[in-house]
Amino acid sequence: MSDKFNPRRFGAMLVKESLQIVRDPSTLLIAFVLPMLLLFMFGYGVNFDTPRSRIGLSLQDNSEAAKSLAGSFQSSRWFDVVETGAVSQLSSEMVAGRIRGIIVIPHGFGRQVAWGSGDIQVLTDGSMPNTASFIGAYAEGLRATWAGARAGDRGTTRPPPIRTAARFWFNPELKSRYFLVPGSIAAVMTIVGTLLTSLVIAREWERGTLEAIMATPVGMIELIATKVVPYFLLALVSMTLCSVLAITVFGVPFRGSPLALLVISSTFLFPALGQGLWISAATKNQFVASQVALVSGLLPTLLLSGFIFEINSMPKPIQAITYLVPSRYLIPQMQTVFIAGDDWSLFLPNMVMLIGFGFLFFFLAVRATKRRIA
Amino acid sequence: MADAVASVHGLTKRFSGQEKAALDKISMDIEPGKMTGLVGPDGAGKTTLIRILAGLIDPDAGEATVFGRAATATDRSMIGYMPQRFGLYEDLSVIENLRLYADLRGLPPADRQASFDRLLDFTDLKRFTDRLAGKLSGGMKQKLGLACAMVRAPKLLLLDEPSVGVDPLSRRELWQMVKDLAGDGIGVLWSTAYLDEAEKCDTVTLLSEGKGLYAGPPQALTDKICNRVLRLAVPSEGRRVILQRALDDPAIIDGTVQGDALRLMLKANTAPPTPQSLGLKSGSLFETVQPRFEDAFIDLLGGGPSGTSQLAEHYRKIAATDAPAIVADGLSRRFGDFTAADLVSFSVPRGQIFGLLGPNGAGKSTTFKMLCGLLTPSEGRGSVAGFDLHSAKADARQSLGYMAQKFSLYGDLSVRQNLNFFAGAYGLKNGDAREAIERSIEIFHLHRYLKENASTMPLGFKQRLALACAVLHQPPVLFLDEPTSGVDPIVRREFWTHINGLVEKGVTVLVTTHFMDEAEYCDRATLIYRARQIATGTPDELKALAGKADAKMEDAFIALIKASNLQREAA
Repeated sequence: MSDKFNPRRFGAMLVKESLQIVRDPSTLLIAFVLPMLLLFMFGYGVNFDTPRSRIGLSLQDNSEAAKSLAGSFQSSRWFDVVETGAVSQLSSEMVAGRIRGIIVIPHGFGRQVAWGSGDIQVLTDGSMPNTASFIGAYAEGLRATWAGARAGDRGTTRPPPIRTAARFWFNPELKSRYFLVPGSIAAVMTIVGTLLTSLVIAREWERGTLEAIMATPVGMIELIATKVVPYFLLALVSMTLCSVLAITVFGVPFRGSPLALLVISSTFLFPALGQGLWISAATKNQFVASQVALVSGLLPTLLLSGFIFEINSMPKPIQAITYLVPSRYLIPQMQTVFIAGDDWSLFLPNMVMLIGFGFLFFFLAVRATKRRIA
Repeated sequence: MADAVASVHGLTKRFSGQEKAALDKISMDIEPGKMTGLVGPDGAGKTTLIRILAGLIDPDAGEATVFGRAATATDRSMIGYMPQRFGLYEDLSVIENLRLYADLRGLPPADRQASFDRLLDFTDLKRFTDRLAGKLSGGMKQKLGLACAMVRAPKLLLLDEPSVGVDPLSRRELWQMVKDLAGDGIGVLWSTAYLDEAEKCDTVTLLSEGKGLYAGPPQALTDKICNRVLRLAVPSEGRRVILQRALDDPAIIDGTVQGDALRLMLKANTAPPTPQSLGLKSGSLFETVQPRFEDAFIDLLGGGPSGTSQLAEHYRKIAATDAPAIVADGLSRRFGDFTAADLVSFSVPRGQIFGLLGPNGAGKSTTFKMLCGLLTPSEGRGSVAGFDLHSAKADARQSLGYMAQKFSLYGDLSVRQNLNFFAGAYGLKNGDAREAIERSIEIFHLHRYLKENASTMPLGFKQRLALACAVLHQPPVLFLDEPTSGVDPIVRREFWTHINGLVEKGVTVLVTTHFMDEAEYCDRATLIYRARQIATGTPDELKALAGKADAKMEDAFIALIKASNLQREAA
């Protein structure tokens, strides 16, 4: 058996793999075009920032106070009052989806204000829960501000007992793009590391080239290594490209160090490549490999890693599952290195987890890659 | 006996989920300097045996030894292995493929240039060193595959069906190349489904359904039947009827049409029937001819089927007309810059067999698909059963039965479900459909597979089912694309018995094949090479073009290919 590592064979396989990467348009498509698409989608398309909500306003009181509050709503930067009139009329607008909420300033509002209280009614479209709760909260905030300002105007010295001074650290404007773009770089590395790698070995099985290669003295370790090294580098190139775009085009701050980013990415690629190798060795079929890679690699990265949805707000059993998703340990690192800075006390434990997963996947991959057919 | 470079002993392999063993107690030796043939139809176990020798499959029982050690633990750098699909990287150029395999097999860098030069000269690939392997023709790919397997002179060369589907000229060149190499003391294992290649080997192992039927020199096998193969000149009118009578005679166990003659094999120790009993004039004479390996194989399997086709017996009579049943008039098809078929023209009268012959990729299937209405011609016209392909496509299609190349039925449906589906697709009414299906099951012996998925059947039964589905609606015209590719000679005979029978009922048959000798069964045939028709005529006319007496169809094709290549180079 000549399974010992031989640099010449390894070099020859490396040259072969690199030529294939450069010459196969589908590889470059997956390594560069798909990541761009993803980056632009998350950079521009997906946005959790609240837009101006379209609402209706039903003013049923003609007191000066009621008109003043209505004016506040109309001039608010959070609301777009598109309709005024009776509630019955507005509700049909809401059913049609043209407005997302109704603010009712009831008859007798002016009198209540004069007595020191004042109720308004906020009706929202519960079929869109996010928007509904935004409208509810913003309407309440707007009313409180209005009441405070009014009190101040009158010179009534009754300031609110507690004032909240909110500061949003790291992302003062609460721009979702700031955490989505670094997260999507994680998705990009999953695509190149897991999806592409799983495809290239399955492709060799399908085309019968692996059969010819396995009949030569090449060692299985050499074979696996030549699949790892080029795609590791390719993934890093892809990552760098996306990071540069994130900073220049999307204006995401980069407060950490490039070295930290490189180390973080490299530790993540260890399990990502291992998973890809394992999938292709186990399936030996490009179609199945791509499906498995999408379902077990990319989808968990998108849904269960905390990239889009906060893990803390998931049901407990789902939270438990997220511990099995390697990218869960990458997302906080990526977000931190971009918008907060280098924090090795956060990076290191996560890296340990990633390396642990890497060893597991590589062990499984090596076990599944046998110099045997059938 | 010289020391064998590789040998197997009592080798048995059974794949999970399969009833039959893929290999059943096979023993053979591969000796240095000799061509060892591994011969058998598809599914016989050839690939499994070669993979075991290459150390890629573990046997269940028995041993495989290469260079005195277990095949899985031997020195792989001394084995040259060419798998069925050549193992080439299509994104790499000719020279890059060679370099890769040179490094993997540990060819010393000092010897590299000499080895490359020799192999590139040998394979005539010097002009194409920078061309991507994916852009080479089938014949060139195969030569490059061989060069990669040989880049470091091996002691054992394993070739898995190296010659399948390529043109006969390339096939012959390849054979010569390997033969010369074997002269250097290499042990060569050449696997093939072409039985004529077996005759040329030094020693042969004949496999059928995993069992070893014969091992030894091919000559010894054909010698056993030396006086039993006869040739009988017959008038070309009615030769199929005479063949049928001959095959129904108990003294004759096999027979085929060979142009204007019949080739018949007698049962052992039996006198031939009188020509009169076959309906011939008393002057006709039986003439003893050299037996072929295929004859010997059929004899080992116990003889071919009888001459009467049950399928034809129950087929409707197709009314005679003067109009040709199939017409191709200047059919061309281009895909971008590539011309797949160039001005193909022929006309087939009702009740005849017309053959399209040529290597894979020559344009046979393209021509076929245009006539079936599956592909719109770039130029030219065609008609089937009098229906123009352009203006009456649906009628043309309804009047033909089509058996596609490879297995193209629904593998995940049972045999009965496939039959039901095709009966419905051809618009057979309930009663007719039921009758047609029951008859097909009877004729093609499909009972035992009725409830099984079609994909799990042996190849011979798949082909039978495909033919059954194509003729359910009793079409006047039948298109068969490589119907006998890879099946054993018994199934091949059975197919031709059906085809001959149907033709006698007035059915017109268009058949493609890359087995040159099958052209002998046709009334007329056209040779297609690189998208063009290079010759058309009766089998005897075509053979006469080879310019020598007693030529085989393959000789004719090779002569024509050479002429065509010269012409092209001159142009």
